[in-house]
Amino acid sequence: MSNQIVVPFGPQHPVLPEPIHLDLVLEDERVVEAVPTIGYVHRGLEKLVEKRDFKDYVLIAERICGICSFTHSVTYCNAIEHIMGIEVPPRAQFIRTIWMEYSRMHSHLLWLGLTADAMGFENLFMNAWRLREEILDDMEATTGGRVIQGSSKVGGIRLDIPDEKLGEMVDHLKSIRPLLEESNRIFTHDQTVRHRMRGLGVLSKEEAWDLGAVGPTARGSGCDMDVRSTGYSAYGELGFKPITFPHGDCLDRCLVRSEEVLAAVDLVERAVAKMPDGPIEEKVKGNPDGEYFAFSEQPRGECMHYVKANGKKNIVRHRVRTPTFTNIPPLVKMLAGIELADVPVVVLTIDPCIGCAER
Amino acid sequence: MNEQKHTVIEIAVTDLLKKAEEYHTKGHRLVQIGCTPLGDRYEINYTFTTAWDFESLRITVHDGDEIPSISGTYWGAFIYENEIHDLFGLSVTDMNIDFQGHLIETRVPTPFKNPPKVTIVSKGGDAQ
Amino acid sequence: MPLFTMVKRALANVTGKPATLMYPATPAKQYDVSRGHIVIAIEDCIFCGNCQRHCVSQAIVVDREARTWEIDRLRCIICGVCAEVCPKDCIFIEPDYHPSSVGPVVELVQGPPAPPKVEKKAKTEE
Repeated sequence: MSNQIVVPFGPQHPVLPEPIHLDLVLEDERVVEAVPTIGYVHRGLEKLVEKRDFKDYVLIAERICGICSFTHSVTYCNAIEHIMGIEVPPRAQFIRTIWMEYSRMHSHLLWLGLTADAMGFENLFMNAWRLREEILDDMEATTGGRVIQGSSKVGGIRLDIPDEKLGEMVDHLKSIRPLLEESNRIFTHDQTVRHRMRGLGVLSKEEAWDLGAVGPTARGSGCDMDVRSTGYSAYGELGFKPITFPHGDCLDRCLVRSEEVLAAVDLVERAVAKMPDGPIEEKVKGNPDGEYFAFSEQPRGECMHYVKANGKKNIVRHRVRTPTFTNIPPLVKMLAGIELADVPVVVLTIDPCIGCAER
Repeated sequence: MNEQKHTVIEIAVTDLLKKAEEYHTKGHRLVQIGCTPLGDRYEINYTFTTAWDFESLRITVHDGDEIPSISGTYWGAFIYENEIHDLFGLSVTDMNIDFQGHLIETRVPTPFKNPPKVTIVSKGGDAQ
Repeated sequence: MPLFTMVKRALANVTGKPATLMYPATPAKQYDVSRGHIVIAIEDCIFCGNCQRHCVSQAIVVDREARTWEIDRLRCIICGVCAEVCPKDCIFIEPDYHPSSVGPVVELVQGPPAPPKVEKKAKTEE
């Protein structure tokens, strides 16, 4: 019987972009149990809804997360629009979808870079971030912000994208597509990547379903689960198909994201081709009264915004269930039984975003 | 507009474990557990789904009530139940992993139940 | 075969231009819609305080008596909601960023003195 020791991992660790603390119970080099602690960046944004106008709160909802920011604001807007019965014009829905797909591309490229960095593949890291910069440039040119877009509002969007700019965006995506395919090929075939990630941190399909894994973590385990297939915003008209991989190890979670970048490029191209004309916002009158659970697919997985309002300017309760939060139990399961040296890579593959998880 | 189907079923606190067990045998996954403070009482929603037809069990509790934990059925439920305990100060019994208030370590204990005082920024800014 | 790819990549990296901008020498990228910092045309301001009420980060303080408009640059999140709600459209977003600082940056803008009140002339028809 060997002795057990506890190794603290985080909240500050070179591989972690955000503060999560794990107490790893080790037996020799093997992790027996992992106990997560969060709470280092709790800002109480859910509580702030009681102090701010529900229309201004969109901008705060967007700042829940620094990466999947736009999707948060759209989901919050969806919830309010459903409660108030506002019909958002189709052009606004399509442009929202385009921006959501852009944020998915930039989030996934950021994550792919971080993963490459975590396994010491510096060249791939810089390559991925260089591609991400191209995406961010288009985001800033259309919305005014690189990662915090702030262009969604209750009832529509704040800024329109002119048709010429939409054409330029598609041309730009076409020009970087070969580079994205090249980086995808490296993640799929490169020996370094395969060696580091194949068979590591396996989460079976049943476990993923039972523990409530969402997003690429679930799709990497073969669960066909993607809120975009319910067709919110304009996804219903774009013909969407979820990407799944069967093995449930780190490499498959990585490949899901890598493939989704290319799928996002396709979605943007289809959305631009079908772009309707018309107004971009609907007038909002009165205050919301009622409750709604709005779901959306963020780069990290399924996200839920629950809004309960009572006909006043301030909302009673806004509850956000972010994908990272629900991915923590699967992470704890994945960590049990792996080597200490593999912990950073496995933690990274759920794409932890603690700012999101704590709000 | 795309409506996602969502049924809310109000149940008594004592039925919760039985109902959760039923959902588990039917193959539902746990989507979320969320708490809503409504003045003197709290509403807790337990959302389950198989595909995209969501179903929520809703229980109403008061300060000092004990909520049974469903983490015996759904292993991953501990994260939500600890969150409810840490933010709202409600006690959840028999959790499989009980952090005893250390999952979300905030400076102000139970910040959503006893919110810290809000200060209004005066002229000249407050950055020192 | 991988060797050729590698040599090609290496040559391209040696001979090509750097992918990054040489920042202080070359100015940072900017677009017309970029949100850089907030400015006010104080002569049009009516000191209604709408921007202060809607500011999500409480960065703006408007004083109607002293006719001042004050912004805390470190609190401001440049969301642009003040520019949207301004009834006189006198708040703008400039695309260039505010210079970095090491201490609190609170900018006070003093408005012009209030125009003399137009006395209501009692119309007398006699």
